[in-house]
Amino acid sequence: MLELASLGKEFTRRGGPVKALEGVDLSVPDGQFVCVVGASGSGKSTLLSLVAGLVRPTAGEVRLDGRPVTGPGPDRGLVFQEGAVYPWRTVERNVAFGLELLPLPRAERDRRVAWYLAETGLTAYRHALPKQLSGGQRQRVAIARALACEPAVLLLDEPFGALDVQTKEDMQLLIRRVWQDTGTTVLMVTHDVEEAVFLGQRVVVLASDPGRVAADLPVNLPAERELSAKRLPDFLAMRARVEDLVRTYHRRHQEKQPI
Amino acid sequence: MTVVAEKAPPRSLPRRRPPRVRGLWGIRTAVPPGVRWTLMALSVAVPLAAWQVLSVVVDGRPDYLPGPFEAVEAGIEMARSGQLLTDAWSTVARVLQGFGLAVLVSVPLGILMGSFPAGQALLEPLVGLLRYLPASAFIPLLIIWLGLGEPSKVALLFLAAFFFNTLMTADAVRRVPLSLIDVSYTLGARRGEVLRKVIVPYALPGMIDSIRVNAAASWSFVVVAELIASESGLGYRIVRAQRFNQIDRIFAVLVVIALIGLTIDLLLRITRDRVGRWV
Repeated sequence: MLELASLGKEFTRRGGPVKALEGVDLSVPDGQFVCVVGASGSGKSTLLSLVAGLVRPTAGEVRLDGRPVTGPGPDRGLVFQEGAVYPWRTVERNVAFGLELLPLPRAERDRRVAWYLAETGLTAYRHALPKQLSGGQRQRVAIARALACEPAVLLLDEPFGALDVQTKEDMQLLIRRVWQDTGTTVLMVTHDVEEAVFLGQRVVVLASDPGRVAADLPVNLPAERELSAKRLPDFLAMRARVEDLVRTYHRRHQEKQPI
Repeated sequence: MTVVAEKAPPRSLPRRRPPRVRGLWGIRTAVPPGVRWTLMALSVAVPLAAWQVLSVVVDGRPDYLPGPFEAVEAGIEMARSGQLLTDAWSTVARVLQGFGLAVLVSVPLGILMGSFPAGQALLEPLVGLLRYLPASAFIPLLIIWLGLGEPSKVALLFLAAFFFNTLMTADAVRRVPLSLIDVSYTLGARRGEVLRKVIVPYALPGMIDSIRVNAAASWSFVVVAELIASESGLGYRIVRAQRFNQIDRIFAVLVVIALIGLTIDLLLRITRDRVGRWV
């Protein structure tokens, strides 16, 4: 269980402190797929950095299975928008990075790496360098690398934001399958409402200035989702509802921006 | 939403003729291999020919400007006696010691400076100031303190490369994307592992680039040091030749200096390309 308890984060900017997040309460049961959407200024990336432990909160805390998060660790795997794969390592050695840090027999490590490569469809590219891969393939490497460490929670920070639409849909199906196969909890931040509704069992909408939870909506769609689910009336209704919320906060944020 | 104030301006901008994008002098346009090789050959052949012509034309005094053939001849003569090899080796050995030492110290310091803002705050003001003191200005001091022998030359080469290489290594280290460091922590890496397994491998090609630039500087400084006070080396050989007015020998040594410098650069470039194959 991942819990965010009255979580807040203030940054110091020129001209005084800026509240990125305030009073965020959220709990994610094990194995759930939760998507967080929000307009710019809603602090959604900050939220993930806090859960990852890369940034310390100024108020409240993040708890994983009851224990407070004090720093980054392999129990909370993170995937950035640009993947951040190691360019000098081959695909295989990228996926092996976290395992190389553990006292694990070579054969066991190789076996695990091979499974995650197969799961993400990278077996054929295992000896390739990141520069030889497409954007979608690089994101697969980042996902496989995070999952190989068996995280309790997989944190995705707009992981498909830089991909073309067709690749993005392939990746959406891939992440759903990987989620079902591994049973890991997923907390994904995105600005793409369609993506959030399609992927999530729950969609959390963040309000802006400061970022806080505006709505926490269950997604009533079948567990097995094909891309055609994006045309179901339930899907369209949910999508419209979330879009309206996000748009409202986006406009408010725009009006508040100093010139 | 913003309100449009007036009607859009009339579509009446003047047009210019299109730019020249392609051709031999198009910016960043590849030239055919044949043309490229021709240009590269010309880049060596034209100055050589000019040198030969000049040596014939400028003939006020005997041997005032020997041509390339005379220089090579003198070089062969010096090489035959074994003297050239001895000189070249003692110069190279000095660079290996002084510059090698500078690399050995500056790389860890540069990594420290580039990785830790605290290290940067501690070292940058001093190193940033000292690098603007020309190493050659230290020669008198070094001779007073360390004498005329090898230590003063090794120390000079150290000073000539140390400060720049530290700062350039730090720059290479600072180019490691923060996301790569962050993601490594989330994969379970500790601080030392991030340094060893992420920062150093990523920055390695940049560090070798920096070594390459500073090796060139060291190579010219060693000759300066040998011109001033020395009993062996290529610089010393130039001074000797000057004393006996053997201008052809001076030219021969200059050619050797250039060739060794080129070899050092080539070796480092090959190393960099090998190491940085992933870039």
